[in-house]
Amino acid sequence: MISVTSTPSVNHLSLRQRLALRGIDGVTLLVLPAVIFLLAVFIYPFIYGLILSFEPKEGGMFANYQKFFSDPFLYDTILTTLWLAVPVTLISIAIALPVAFRVRLMTHQRLLTTILVLPVTLGTVLVAEGLLNYLGPQGWFSRTLMMIGVIDSPVKLTNNYWGVFASLIITGFPFTFLLTLSYVSGIDPALEQAAATHGAKSWQRFRYVMWPLLVPGLTIAFCLSFVQAFAVFPSAVLLGAPAGPTRVISIAAYQAAFEQYDYSMASAIAMIMAAVQLLIVVSLLSIRNLFYRGSTAGGKG
Amino acid sequence: MLLASSPFKEIRLDRMSRAFGSHNALKDVSLSIRKGEFIALLGPSGCGKSTALNCIAGLLSTTGGGIFIDDKRIDTLKPEDRGFGMVFQNYALFPHMTVRQNIGFGLKMRRVPKAEAEKRIEEALNLVRLQGQGHKLPGQLSGGQQQRVAIARAIVIEPPLVLMDEPLSNLDAKLRLEMRAEIRRIHNQLGATTIYVTHDQDEALSLADRVVVLRDGEIRQVGVPSDLYERPDHLDVAEFMGYRNRLTGKVIAVDGDKTSIAVGASTLSGIARDTLKVGDTAVVAARADDVVAGTKSGTTVEAVVETIEYRGREFVGTARTAEGLELVFHAPQTAALGSAIWLSVDPARALAFAA
Repeated sequence: MISVTSTPSVNHLSLRQRLALRGIDGVTLLVLPAVIFLLAVFIYPFIYGLILSFEPKEGGMFANYQKFFSDPFLYDTILTTLWLAVPVTLISIAIALPVAFRVRLMTHQRLLTTILVLPVTLGTVLVAEGLLNYLGPQGWFSRTLMMIGVIDSPVKLTNNYWGVFASLIITGFPFTFLLTLSYVSGIDPALEQAAATHGAKSWQRFRYVMWPLLVPGLTIAFCLSFVQAFAVFPSAVLLGAPAGPTRVISIAAYQAAFEQYDYSMASAIAMIMAAVQLLIVVSLLSIRNLFYRGSTAGGKG
Repeated sequence: MLLASSPFKEIRLDRMSRAFGSHNALKDVSLSIRKGEFIALLGPSGCGKSTALNCIAGLLSTTGGGIFIDDKRIDTLKPEDRGFGMVFQNYALFPHMTVRQNIGFGLKMRRVPKAEAEKRIEEALNLVRLQGQGHKLPGQLSGGQQQRVAIARAIVIEPPLVLMDEPLSNLDAKLRLEMRAEIRRIHNQLGATTIYVTHDQDEALSLADRVVVLRDGEIRQVGVPSDLYERPDHLDVAEFMGYRNRLTGKVIAVDGDKTSIAVGASTLSGIARDTLKVGDTAVVAARADDVVAGTKSGTTVEAVVETIEYRGREFVGTARTAEGLELVFHAPQTAALGSAIWLSVDPARALAFAA
């Protein structure tokens, strides 16, 4: 500092000033804990798992992957998981969107969002237990339907696809809804008013104004909700048929690791799981790039 | 001329009211607007002018009264069925559409054939002087250009009525003057019936054929700009029209509408806007430019200069009288702060109201 003030040359900048011009100053050091954390709990385990997956118990480097993709009992888990995660995410968004359109106009938004967030805090296991009682053969749902004479014998809604489906919707919906709500309420209400005064009916306002502005946000909401649903494990075990229709990919990984004690195979399955998710997320995000992604305000101020 | 407006004689607001809970934002607003007229709704913030505009547009429902185009009642229609054009304060352009798509939005909703729509968009672009900008997104335009697009979008559908909600308030002072002239030019060219909401009296006076002054949800005065400017009916309208100086005193002589009022030690005269008789308490209201610093006489008020600033041709300052009243005045030359001056009020231009 002293050298700067005492030197006659004003063109000379101190190291601190030059670093500051590049956006590096004392505050930059605050990212260090985050960097260390990321390295320790994400990057390192990932690389460790990746290497482990190429060191199978027997066979060559790719033996685990060859085994996975040649055994239908294993590779079918990808489809089984997708068959759960994709419809669950789509339906969550399809329900969240109209609700968000209504909620954004409400004055007691906070109360409603609090109620909606509660299921997240309950945890999957509690929801699964509840659903077992509620949707089970002796549960209220079947008994009520039988009482009013809609059905003769209990409907089977647990220990199969639909049990997991319901549980995923219940635990995933609040998250999807909150994301959707933030995107919907981020759109300037004046845009819809402008569309209405210039002759657009409610469907046209949605189709030509709201929808194109929402697509980028909804894609993000889809990706995040999808990744959550794709990792389904507890409800697939508790509410599903983990040996058959809901044998999802995480169950396969679990069995490899803790029933066959083949950590290398389990790592390979985890890598395949990550690759499937990444593939879907990346392709959705590149489609998203085709849409308008700028400000959703109608003008300045 | 391709762009025109649909045929009708008048738009009538019949005791239009709007209440929010127990608060009446609009009370029995009645007004009839001739085709082609440019109406300004003028008033301070919270006076109900935007509420009135939103009710006419259909974005707010009315809680009383009706809106008619000739004999057709329209306040029961949804906004999309009223067929009006509207220019919003923040422009409300669709950010994902190009300028052309924005302007053509109303035509597309009305399923106007493509060839005709293209021609009308082109003409609207020419009218707002945005030739060659049609392919841009609104985000690539300046504020003034965005507002031109918003105007083009509203007029291209040839609406019976164009509604403008403080369209210039987001622009800087220079652009505001330019756009004001532009709006006037477009109105002269198209003759579209327009309701223009503003809190800026200059804008209202320079643009409108008739100005409607609103206060607390009620119409205080309707008139041509010169009427409002020179002969406001009420003291609050006068205040709003720039009569910043108000001096309270006793009426000492009445001669027709010429009224003499004793204010402190001096006697001021003005034109009575209320019925006043000798002995009444009255307020003399005068614009800053009608209060001029000069030499002492029987009709001048003595005051002490508090601020003075140079305004090009002359000086404008504030001064305080012995009674503690603040006056805004014009002066041909500067005066020292704290010095006493004598202010004369133009008796032909000052107004007298009952206090």
